Amino acid sequence: MEKSNFNILIVGVGGQGVLLASEIISTVAMNAGQDVKKSEVHGMSQRGGVVSTHIKIAPKVYSPTIYQGQVDVLLSFEQAEALRAVNWLKKDGVVITSTTTMVPSIVTSTKGMNYPENAVEVIKGKVERVIALNADKIAGELGNPRLVNTILLGVMSNYLPFEKEAWLETLKAKVKAKFVDINLKAFETGREIKLSTVDA
Amino acid sequence: MKELLSGNEAVARGVLEAGVKLAVGYPGTPSTEILETVVDRYPSVYAQWSPNEKVAFEVGIGASMGGARTLVTMKHVGLNVAADPFMTFAYTGVNGGFVFVSADDPEMHSSQNEQDNRFFAKFAQVPFVEPSDSQESKDMLLKAYEISEKFDTPVMLHMTTRISHSKGVVELGEPVTLEENKFKKEPTKYVMIPANARGRHKVLVARLEELKKFSEETELNVVEKNGSKTGIITGGVAYQYAKEAAPDFDYLKIGFGFPLPMKKIEEFIKNHETMLVVEELEPFYEDQIKAAGFKIEGKKYFGNLGELSPYRVALGMKEAGVIDRVDIPAYEPEQLFPRPPVLCPGCPHRGVFMALRKLRVAVTGDIGCYTLGVLPPLNALDSCICMGASIGSAIGMERVQGSDKGVVAVIGDSTFFHSGITGILDAVYNRSNVTAIVLDNRATAMTGGQEHPGTGHTLMGEEVPQVDIGKLVQSLGVKNVRHLDPYQYEKTLEVIKEEIEKPGPSVIITSRPCVLMPKRIMDEPYVIDLEACTGCSLCFRISCPAISASDEKNKRGNPKAVIDETQCTGCTLCAQICPEEAIVLKSQFVKA
Repeated sequence: MEKSNFNILIVGVGGQGVLLASEIISTVAMNAGQDVKKSEVHGMSQRGGVVSTHIKIAPKVYSPTIYQGQVDVLLSFEQAEALRAVNWLKKDGVVITSTTTMVPSIVTSTKGMNYPENAVEVIKGKVERVIALNADKIAGELGNPRLVNTILLGVMSNYLPFEKEAWLETLKAKVKAKFVDINLKAFETGREIKLSTVDA
Repeated sequence: MKELLSGNEAVARGVLEAGVKLAVGYPGTPSTEILETVVDRYPSVYAQWSPNEKVAFEVGIGASMGGARTLVTMKHVGLNVAADPFMTFAYTGVNGGFVFVSADDPEMHSSQNEQDNRFFAKFAQVPFVEPSDSQESKDMLLKAYEISEKFDTPVMLHMTTRISHSKGVVELGEPVTLEENKFKKEPTKYVMIPANARGRHKVLVARLEELKKFSEETELNVVEKNGSKTGIITGGVAYQYAKEAAPDFDYLKIGFGFPLPMKKIEEFIKNHETMLVVEELEPFYEDQIKAAGFKIEGKKYFGNLGELSPYRVALGMKEAGVIDRVDIPAYEPEQLFPRPPVLCPGCPHRGVFMALRKLRVAVTGDIGCYTLGVLPPLNALDSCICMGASIGSAIGMERVQGSDKGVVAVIGDSTFFHSGITGILDAVYNRSNVTAIVLDNRATAMTGGQEHPGTGHTLMGEEVPQVDIGKLVQSLGVKNVRHLDPYQYEKTLEVIKEEIEKPGPSVIITSRPCVLMPKRIMDEPYVIDLEACTGCSLCFRISCPAISASDEKNKRGNPKAVIDETQCTGCTLCAQICPEEAIVLKSQFVKA
């Protein structure tokens, strides 16, 4: 393993299934013999507010939350939330975001409050390595909107130092039996999406 | 064997390993998952939700007196409710080991305040242990039972959100075998009439002296030497933040937080040039160490608001001059719209808040999902203090303002059982004209849908009779009791208006279950007929996450609405208020 410390921040909107993705990443890391901690907040924010999960992987992890500005990979389920969390990113960090747009009712009902029209472009203006994909659309094409999680994990797996087999094994263990095949397919689909394929 | 466990799951595992016979609590973030995990994974342990923390604590006291190792769980503010039995149980002491979890919520992720409950331990003169990760959450629980039994005292396990809800790798152990222990009659120990209590207060003071000695010897308070001139005294998750910011300093890590090991602290201070205390929220350690005459600093650099973080601790250390540089984040934060939590699509509370907003009455609120009724665009709530406060404060406001102004209390079903019943009793007894709306969705919804006396199930899944709120308040003497379907907007408006105008206390009980629990409700969705929609924005103002602005604009350039069919539950509220009848059932919508 060329680099042994990884900080991953997963963000999204309450109800999007952010917690499951973090569970799989942490388990893959633990099975690889790394120390791992992950931190998330339950309760009120799960009702449609901003949710975030910190995952830290290292030979020895102290704080369960990430040092601000030290995120290696930012994984976002919603594009404006990716933009909101960019200040957590390292200078050379990677942003992986679904282009999903969720406009909260406070924006639609408040004059002068706007949802950014070009969140992904604003991120690209700051950050060099950005992968933006329409995970909802891909999930729909695969036949189940709940696959967004696994697709994004597939994309992210390219940027973490774990064997593909380890991801597949953990997915098989964490997903209900009848959904295993479709999840493996979703993972493979995500794994094909890399910086080169998106920008090409 | 190793497992990835949250602090709460680790405590649940500890319950099994410590041989706990009874675990009891009331749901509250961040403590809820402890008992849920006990029931899910270790069904041999008896576990129950009580209606509130006071009752839970008292059930625990009885179990301990009966000889069993006992766990009681609650969030920080729950200990306010349980303070009465707690303060006197400190005098009597235990029979079976008694540990209670106080899960504090620095930063108020899901709470109304961020009180630091370490002070409660000192207030009651009861020891507490303070884990800094999941492994320690389990290990210290086991240790806490030994302390409880050895020193004949209840022990607090002090957790915080980042300990309870962070996962880490935990080495599992085997359950212990305990000697059988039964209740023994000992009135001088357990019956706190003044004559006995005076004796027990002496015991408490003597016990504290023994605990001070223990605090000096226990490995829970450990010095980590790295040969630095700066020494850090810290505990709980703050230890982890400090280690991340400065891994090479010397540390005195406090795991047994009251009474403090003052000799060990003195020794540690003597061996270092500079000394900092890193602790979350209040200067609990700092003040005691300063009071003992030592020159140290802490809150001056780290503050006492919200939760700490590795970055915050690093900035404080730099300001204190013990580290030279701090890594500054490369990117500035963006100025973006806020995304506060909202009532779910189809939430049965929505119709009530739409009606209350329209009626422009004062609305005293309570603790639960419905507190979200305060946020724009609903703007329908005027207070939120603590569990049950809606009814008492409505009574007071109505008394000074007069009944013509209309004062309405809104309270959830679980909160009503927790602390609302006595408020209704007061309204009847003191002839108040308040109207209380019980938002009865048959779940403790905010914390994830836990069972309560109205759900018909216990924590362990046993079927039990459901408490009938209508009959209950009738028996207390409420004459005006109404049942209401909150999905019928005009009717909701009418019923609330009528009850506000009636003399005497009124109780209105809503009838729709939570859309998420116990099973997710998804009826046929509604869609917007864009040709009929005029972009009037009325439906935006009901704050439904399924409704947002479409790309189509009206003549004035304002957006028309669109409904996300995957989120819409078919509750019909938006269709009822649309003046253009532009919101229609999907199956009935025929495109022109």
